[in-house]
Amino acid sequence: MEQHRSHIYGVMAEFDTPVELVHAAEKARTAGYRRMDAYTPFPVEGLAEAMGLKRNMVPLVTLLGGLAGGLGGFGFQYWVNVAAYPMNIGGRPLNSWPAFIPVTFELTVLGASLCAVFGMLALNRLPQPHHPVFNVQRFVHASSDRFFLCIEAHDPKFHLEETARFLKGLHPHHVNEVSDD
Amino acid sequence: MSAGQPPLDSPEIRRLTPVLGPGHTFGSVTDKISSIVLTRPTSLGWYVGFLIAFSVLGVMTIAIGWLIVKGTGIWGINIPIGWGFAIVNFVWWIGIGHAGTLISAILFLLNQKWRTSINRFAEAMTLFAVACAGIFPLIHTGRPWMAYYMFPYPSTMGLWPQFRSPLIWDVFAVSTYGTVSLLFWFVGLIPDLATLRDHAANKPAQIIYGMLAMGWRGSVRHWHRYQSAYLLLAGLATPLVLSVHTVVSFDFAIAIVPGWHTTIFPPYFVAGAIYSGFAMVLTIAIPLRKAYGLEDFITMRHLDNMAKVMLATGLIVAYGYLFEFFLSLYSGNKFDVFLVNQRLHGPYAPYYYALILCNILTPQLLWSYKLRHNVVILFLMSIVVNVGMWLERFVIVVISLTRDFVPSAWGRYQPTFWDWATFIGTMGMFVTLIFLFVRVLPAISIAEMRELVAETSEEEK
Repeated sequence: MEQHRSHIYGVMAEFDTPVELVHAAEKARTAGYRRMDAYTPFPVEGLAEAMGLKRNMVPLVTLLGGLAGGLGGFGFQYWVNVAAYPMNIGGRPLNSWPAFIPVTFELTVLGASLCAVFGMLALNRLPQPHHPVFNVQRFVHASSDRFFLCIEAHDPKFHLEETARFLKGLHPHHVNEVSDD
Repeated sequence: MSAGQPPLDSPEIRRLTPVLGPGHTFGSVTDKISSIVLTRPTSLGWYVGFLIAFSVLGVMTIAIGWLIVKGTGIWGINIPIGWGFAIVNFVWWIGIGHAGTLISAILFLLNQKWRTSINRFAEAMTLFAVACAGIFPLIHTGRPWMAYYMFPYPSTMGLWPQFRSPLIWDVFAVSTYGTVSLLFWFVGLIPDLATLRDHAANKPAQIIYGMLAMGWRGSVRHWHRYQSAYLLLAGLATPLVLSVHTVVSFDFAIAIVPGWHTTIFPPYFVAGAIYSGFAMVLTIAIPLRKAYGLEDFITMRHLDNMAKVMLATGLIVAYGYLFEFFLSLYSGNKFDVFLVNQRLHGPYAPYYYALILCNILTPQLLWSYKLRHNVVILFLMSIVVNVGMWLERFVIVVISLTRDFVPSAWGRYQPTFWDWATFIGTMGMFVTLIFLFVRVLPAISIAEMRELVAETSEEEK
């Protein structure tokens, strides 16, 4: 398996429509390929399912961010008003929690939003200035009007000629080898 | 309305005015929108418009410079009117900044397809409006270089902000809103920045867009997380956008000043914010679609829907005015009754009648299908509403502060040249930023337009 990894990142097929790509991804999965990725100019419905993707971690990260923002925000206001600088104003309670709700709410939203965005980027390993798929000349169309399926060389079933033949059998526009440097 | 006209929501009308012009493909929307930024030569009109806006921005710079030299004495504010233009303009701008996130978040959650071609520049407009809004409380402090006092930081004095004060809530609400709007806007831009990177012809553009796109390659795994994050952001921004103007209204409602101390303020401020926000989106959308030939993307359907939202929120605002009056009279509180009297007959009564004319009477013309489909009328109407919403904040701030509880505390307020220069200057800043935005970034979300193409082509099958 390891010897395939030397110079080839994978084999990439290019399709005209999102429907063809979803079919191709389903067929590739049925054929036993697992290490593959699809590249599309917009989120294609049904593609994640066809690729066998399950739930992702973004919602959990967002929840944790929201909890941290909310608990931290309230806790901080509590600490300021009860411990750090208590002021007795006409005997009113120091922990006047209803007055702390607006800031607590805002910090909950802030924490959750920051975690949603930066969590998503981190899980996607972005920023990543270079990636082997950019070596394919026609890949510029992935951000415009074409749909790509790439079967990667570290798939256990990967074999350069056979995989290329398999992809050609799906009637793509083009099939390209993706080099790894 | 003419008798032979089909009902507005009939399939005929929908077909006549679709959300996307006919015959578009993935490639054609990409080329059309990215060409505005990448290949089309910058028009003379752009240079002229930018130059005018930039000169007005210069006025703001001078006004703020002079303010820093002389202090807030150059403005018309004095006791009892400590707030004046600074707060009127702050509330006006932040209200305008509500439409962007409303369109992006709430209409996204409600699955409204027509939001797609207007959300990008509406979000940009939100950011720029929030930036303009932020200037006012900052310079109103008198010593803007001390503004960090408002944030909780471990100072040597051992002091902390007063977390029970709505003014501190405002600091948190506005800064959170600015941050989340920026994130939302940027996340939406990432795939389009990748498109610009791949389409740019010259090296500097490739490098700049490439760095901003962060290596986005449209992988299905990335899209999967991206969609989760976008949906969550929409869900988070929805209560946030409603909270921001609620907190702004608390600045007034928590005080005991007559005319401010009322529980109807939060909902009626939020409705007013959406009202003025949509008015501003129309003010920008109508010239934009004309200048860049985007009639296929920003169709009459969009303008019609925005006019309807304006009409609906305008009616909520009218209800707010009515109930303010009713509650004052019904309560029998003599200070409140007196304030109603002052609005109708006091020295600032002309402002009040102008407000009613702009915000309540004129927008009733939007009931007419014909007028809603007249682009010029819509444009003028959006300006009238913006003026009306500014007058509303003027009436709220100035009339209440000039007619306090005891006659010895009464006063008058007259804005000075520098008040106007600062206010008009921020409009210059706003328009300058809009001009730069449409020149360097795609004003319409390309990735979402491709999705719309995919959906509409499926529907046709």
